[in-house]
Amino acid sequence: MQFHKYDVVIIGAGGAGMRAAIESGQRARTAVLTKLYPTRSHTGAAQGGMCAALANVEEDNWEWHTFDTIKGGDYLVDQDAAEIMAKEAIDAVLDLEKMGLPFNRTPEGKIDQRRFGGHTRNHGEAAVRRACYAADRTGHMILQTLYQNCVKHGIEFFNEFYVLDICLTETENGPVCTGAVAYELATGEIHVFQAKSVVFATGGFGKVFKTTSNAHTLTGDGMGIVFRKGLPLEDMEFYQFHPTGLAGLGILLTEGARGEGAILRNASGERFMERYAPTIKDLAPRDIVARSMALEVLEGRGAGPNKDYVLLDCTHLGAEVLETKLPDITEFARTYLAVDPVVEPVPVYPTAHYAMGGIPTNIHGEVLRDNDNIVPGLYAAGECACVSVHGANRLGTNSLLDINVFGRRAGIAAAEYALSRPEHVDLPENPAAAVEAQVALVLSEHGQERVADIRTELQATMDANASVYRTEDTLKQALHDVQALKERYAHIQVQDKGKRFNTDLLEAVELGFLLELAEVLVVGALARKESRGGHAREDYPNRDDTNFMRHSMFYKQGDGLAADIRLDYKPVTFTRYKPMERKY
Amino acid sequence: MTATAETSAGSRGSQPPVPDGAVTVTVKIRRFNPEFDDEPRWDSFDIPALPSDRVLNLLHYIKWYVDGTLTFRRSCAHGICGSDAMRINGVNRLACKVLLKDLLAASGKPTTITIEPIKGLPVNKDLLVDMEPFFEAFRAVKPYLVTYGNEPTRERIQSVADRERFDDTTKCILCACCTTSCPVYWTEGSYFGPAAIVNAHRFIFDSRDEGAEERLDILNDIDGVWRCRTTFNCTDACPRGIQVTKAIQEVKRALLFKRV
Repeated sequence: MQFHKYDVVIIGAGGAGMRAAIESGQRARTAVLTKLYPTRSHTGAAQGGMCAALANVEEDNWEWHTFDTIKGGDYLVDQDAAEIMAKEAIDAVLDLEKMGLPFNRTPEGKIDQRRFGGHTRNHGEAAVRRACYAADRTGHMILQTLYQNCVKHGIEFFNEFYVLDICLTETENGPVCTGAVAYELATGEIHVFQAKSVVFATGGFGKVFKTTSNAHTLTGDGMGIVFRKGLPLEDMEFYQFHPTGLAGLGILLTEGARGEGAILRNASGERFMERYAPTIKDLAPRDIVARSMALEVLEGRGAGPNKDYVLLDCTHLGAEVLETKLPDITEFARTYLAVDPVVEPVPVYPTAHYAMGGIPTNIHGEVLRDNDNIVPGLYAAGECACVSVHGANRLGTNSLLDINVFGRRAGIAAAEYALSRPEHVDLPENPAAAVEAQVALVLSEHGQERVADIRTELQATMDANASVYRTEDTLKQALHDVQALKERYAHIQVQDKGKRFNTDLLEAVELGFLLELAEVLVVGALARKESRGGHAREDYPNRDDTNFMRHSMFYKQGDGLAADIRLDYKPVTFTRYKPMERKY
Repeated sequence: MTATAETSAGSRGSQPPVPDGAVTVTVKIRRFNPEFDDEPRWDSFDIPALPSDRVLNLLHYIKWYVDGTLTFRRSCAHGICGSDAMRINGVNRLACKVLLKDLLAASGKPTTITIEPIKGLPVNKDLLVDMEPFFEAFRAVKPYLVTYGNEPTRERIQSVADRERFDDTTKCILCACCTTSCPVYWTEGSYFGPAAIVNAHRFIFDSRDEGAEERLDILNDIDGVWRCRTTFNCTDACPRGIQVTKAIQEVKRALLFKRV
C-alpha cells in the first residue's frame, strides 16, 4: 500500500473533473485520480454545442435560458440552480474561449451560435440560436482545451488509477470525507490518498443499457461508491434517451443536425414531429422526440425491413453544411452504417444517453447526506452529480454547460474548504481494508459465472423493460432479472489473476456498480407512478404534481449487494416559475 | 504457441449463439505479459464475427468468451477517444473504426487478421503500451494558448478565415497512430513525433496565440521538425483524416521564413 497526502483530490478527468482541477490546482495542492487518460473521457464524444445567452446572432437573455431549462426538465428542476447555470453560462463560454477553445465564428468574428432542442426565444415562441459550437466536436474541443490548460497549470494527474472507495471519518457532527482509495492499474497496488476535500467527477452509467451512446468505461463508479457508503442518490429513475442514435448501434448523431435543419421522417416520409410538437417540431426536447419516435415504431410507421427505426433526413442541407458543420456525424453514418447522409436519410432510434440523477449536491457542489445536511469535504460535479439543473429531462447542450459551471464551482469550493482547514482530519482505521478485501474477493475462486454473460443479460433486460416506455409489468420483470443477476454476480470468475493491467478484474468490479445502479433506477421507476420528462409510464401517462412533484432519494440499507433500497423524497426548489402543462 | 477458441486453456463455458451471417475468422494477436512471459508470442483465435463488426468487437469476443487475460485499452468505441490505436494487418488503425467487411479475404478464402501493439512505445501488456513518452512530447510543445497583456472582457475576435486556418489540426485525438507509424520515431525515440507537431501547429497558426516563436524554437531543436523525412505514414495512419505531413511542412516553412 502506498500513501499520499493532498489538499484536494479530484476523481475523474472528464470535463467536470478537469474544470474543477484548473480552479483547485491554482489554489491548493491538488491531485486528479482518473481511470482513463484524461483525453479519453467521454466529454470528448459530446458534439453539438454549449448553450449560453450570448445573443451573438439574435436577441436572447439568460432568463429565457433558465425558463427553457426548467420547462425542459418538466418542472423537477431546482430553480435556483437552473438560474445560476444559465446566468454563469455566459462567462463559462467566454472562459473557454479565453483558454483557447476554437469556437466556430460569425462573419463578424464572434462566437457563432446554432439552434438546439428546447431552447427558445421568449418562453417558447420559437427556436433560438443559443448553442455555441465547434463544428460537431464541441465536447472534443472542450476536453482538449481543458486538458491543455491543465498542462499549462501543471496539474498533477494519476492516470489509470481506479478509485474504489472514499474515506469517511465519523465526527460528532456526522461523517467527514478524509480521502480516497485507488487501485493502480499498472501494478495492482492500492493507494490511499488523504485529503481535506474530495471531488467526484466520474460521469454516468449508460452501460446498464445495451443500446447506448456511452463509452464502455461509463459504469457509474462514483455513484456506486457513494451509494455503498450509505449516502443517497437522487432521481435515478430519470434517464435520458437521445433521439438520434445510429439505428442498432446507439452511436450518437448530434441534435445539432436538427439544429441545422435536419428532419425526422417515418416510413412514409411524413415529418411526424409536426403532430407531436407543432411549434418547434424536430427541435422539441429529447424526451418528447424520443417518445414520439418510439410511438411511430410501436404504431407500425417505422422504416426499414423490420420497421424498427425512423429516418433522419439531412439531404436538403447540402454537402457543404454537412462537411463543414457536421463532419463527424457524416463520417459515423458512412463508416458504421454505410449510409451517406448527403444523399440518403440515416436510420436512427433512441439511445441511452444521460443520467439526470446522481449524487445529490447543493449549488456549491457539496454532497448531501440527507435532505438538509452535507458531508463536509465531499463534492460532486457533472453527470455523476444531481444539483438538480436537469430535473426530469436535460436539454441538449446543458451537460457541457453543467460540467463547466458546476465543475468550476466545485473546484473552487473544494479548494477554499481545504485552505480553511489547518489540519487534515485523521483517516478512519485501516482505510484500504475494504478495497483490499474487495479485490481479493473478485480474484478468488468462488464460482463459474462469466462477467460478460451477466452484463449482456443486464443490458438486455434494461433495454427491453426500463427504456423509453415503462410499465409496472416491464419494470417488475427488470427488477426480478437484475436481482437474479446480482445473485449470480456473487459467483463470478475472473480469468486474469495477475497484478499488471488487469482489465479483466476491472470489468468485474465495474459490473458490480452497474448492477447496483440498475436496481436503483428500476426501483425508482416502479415507485414513480406518473410520466414526467425522461420517465414515461404507459400505465400512468400523465404528470402527477400532487403526488410526485418531488425528488426521489435512494439510500442503501445494510451491506452487500443484496441489501435493500430505502426510498425517500426531497422537495423541489421553486423560485419564480409555476408548473404548467408542457407544450411545444 | 497457438491457441484457438476450442483449445485455449482459459476458455470456459458455452460460447454465445452465433448470429446469422457470421463468418469464422482467425485473429492472430501479439501477446506479451512481462509479469509472466520471458518474450512475446503469437496467439491465434478462430472466432465467429459479422462483416459489420468492428475489430474491437472481435477483441471483446476473445476477451469476454475465450481468454480474459487479453489486454487492450478502449473506451468510446466510435473513434473519438483515441484509446484503441493498434497495428492491424501492419497498419496503425483504431480498432473501433475498422470494420471486418473491409478485411475479409476474397470470397471463400479464409481470413486472418493480425493485430500487434503500436510500435515505438514500450509494451506494457499485450496491445497496451506505455503512453507516457508520447504525452511527454505533447506537453513539451506548449500545447495551450499563449497570450500576453490584459484579457478582453468578451471573446477574442477571430475571422472565419483565421479560424479555418488551423481547423484541421484541432481534430487530433492524441491516439498516437501517426507518431507510432513514423520510421524516424521507431529508431529515434527522442523525436517529438508527428502528433506533438500537429498540436504545436494547432496553436502556431491560431491568430489569437502569441506563443508561436517559443514553440518554433522548441521544434527547431535537434529532435524537432527537421527529423521528419516526409514519408507520409502519419497522414495515412490518422483516423481523423488530418493532413499530418502537410502540417509538419507548414511548421518547417514557418521556421525557414520566420513567418506564420
